[in-house]
Amino acid sequence: MTSNVIELRQVSKHYGDFTAVDNLTLSIASGQVFGLIGHNGAGKSTLFKMMLGLIPSSSGEILIEGERVSGARFREVRRMIGYLPENIVLYDNLSGLETLQFFARLKGANPTSCPALLDKVGLIHAGKRRVRDYSKGMRQRLGFAQALLGNPRLLFLDEPTNGLDPEAIHHFYALVAELKAAGSTVILTSHILAEIQQRVDALALMQSGRLQATGTVAALSSAIQLPLEIHLTAAASARPALRAQLALAGFDDLRETPAALIVLCPSDKKRAALAVLTQLGEAVQDIAFREPSLEDVFLSHIRTASPLLATHQEAVCALN
Amino acid sequence: MRFELTPLRVIAAKEFQDRLRNRWVLVIGVVFAAFALLIAYFGGAQQGAVGFKGIELTIASLTSLVIYLLPLIALILGFDAIVGEKERGSLDLLLSMPITRLELLLGKYLGLAGALAVATLGGFGLAGGVLGWQLDANALYHYAGFVLSALLLGLSFLSIALLISVLASDRTRASGLAIGAWFAFVLVFDLLLLGLLVASAGEVNSQFAAYALLFNPADVFRILNIFSMAEVQSLYGLATVFPESLANPLLLGGVMVAWIVGPLALAIWRFK
Repeated sequence: MTSNVIELRQVSKHYGDFTAVDNLTLSIASGQVFGLIGHNGAGKSTLFKMMLGLIPSSSGEILIEGERVSGARFREVRRMIGYLPENIVLYDNLSGLETLQFFARLKGANPTSCPALLDKVGLIHAGKRRVRDYSKGMRQRLGFAQALLGNPRLLFLDEPTNGLDPEAIHHFYALVAELKAAGSTVILTSHILAEIQQRVDALALMQSGRLQATGTVAALSSAIQLPLEIHLTAAASARPALRAQLALAGFDDLRETPAALIVLCPSDKKRAALAVLTQLGEAVQDIAFREPSLEDVFLSHIRTASPLLATHQEAVCALN
Repeated sequence: MRFELTPLRVIAAKEFQDRLRNRWVLVIGVVFAAFALLIAYFGGAQQGAVGFKGIELTIASLTSLVIYLLPLIALILGFDAIVGEKERGSLDLLLSMPITRLELLLGKYLGLAGALAVATLGGFGLAGGVLGWQLDANALYHYAGFVLSALLLGLSFLSIALLISVLASDRTRASGLAIGAWFAFVLVFDLLLLGLLVASAGEVNSQFAAYALLFNPADVFRILNIFSMAEVQSLYGLATVFPESLANPLLLGGVMVAWIVGPLALAIWRFK
């Protein structure tokens, strides 16, 4: 099934003269893990809040499973949504279990499902402790459990791995994979690109309130044609000879670091590069290949963007 | 959008339980009971006598105390109901639930009102129970009237507090507004009215001044608990006859209810 769970049509959000989201059109297919990435202040959280109906859009239309989130059927729409806000704030005076039970009642979910959810996020041992005594990571996990109440078909997770240790991050993405397998759509934001690169089916790059690019990681990488990096470890004395050999073979886009000589190889010249590498001989102590990462894709987009970036971010900070 | 009771009840229950849990209800209830009993038994100590001197004196003294204390308690109870959630950052999560803003606000009000009601009725009720054996039916009726009007006074200031909580952009401003509202209604209003009457040297109709009292829930509470017109005149310096219609407890009760509904309706309108 490839129906779209979310449709954004020419959505904008203005705060006075400042445009937080600019004429954004986007469809997210049902059943996928979708990443929304961009700098802090790129407009991700504003977009999330509009999709949730927390703030009205200045113009455009937002449909969730064909329904307007603030329309007459908003309760039905909200019941199928789970939301984990960025920097979640819970009630310090309640225990973890009470927190979940409170939100379960509000959401119309069964409060008896709460202990199982606590167990799922690894907090069953701390269920009776007050949230006041929770660490940041524990609060984040409790917030995630809250988002899972009522088996939502659509999850909005805003910077979900904030404050989690590597093991918890691993566990978190395992749960996301489970949700996906069960047919839920998961939309998450992150500014740690390397982290979500392997874990999303598709993503959208946002910058200054605009959609810079959207597609799968592979499609984005190939569309931008980022070069493959070949890292050659070689003694400093051997490098001039290596440079000359590489240049002769047509690889003159080189960078040098104290540790390595880096060859930037266009993706269509990989075979030619391999042929050259085999002829370099003993001077090369080690060879490493590095495919362009999401980070590179992202940075490449940012480089082509407007120089007003800093100003935009400041404006967003001022608004927040 | 259809109104639903369940989300409202969940919010109200949480607010109420929070106040039970942090012993707010207990502390305020005990304070009210203690004040009522102290005033009943030692209110006349300045005149050189200790002991219960009758319900009229007790209610008169309690009225002067409650008129300062209860508005302050209600304002402190409610001023951060909404702005507090907003500032802490928990409001977005609440509003992402299947709940309307109307249900959220009303739920908050009803939960806090429940806590205030239990503390007020419990505290003064306890004192009434202790005094009970010394009171005849008429005195009990007056005391019950006092307790009920005190509750209405608290609820009206809670309503004002919720309005402040919706209007203010942050907690600091909300607390400033709450203190300002307390000063304005409890201290400044009467002084201004009195000043106006005196300065105008009779040109301002004192009948008008009597009606102006309806614009202050604290004054309505005072009038509700007054036994004689002479007392009203000495309190407000009203030279002419106090309008008979104003002494009607039902009308005054209605004004109090308006003071509960009005600010709350404004808060709902602003919060949408």
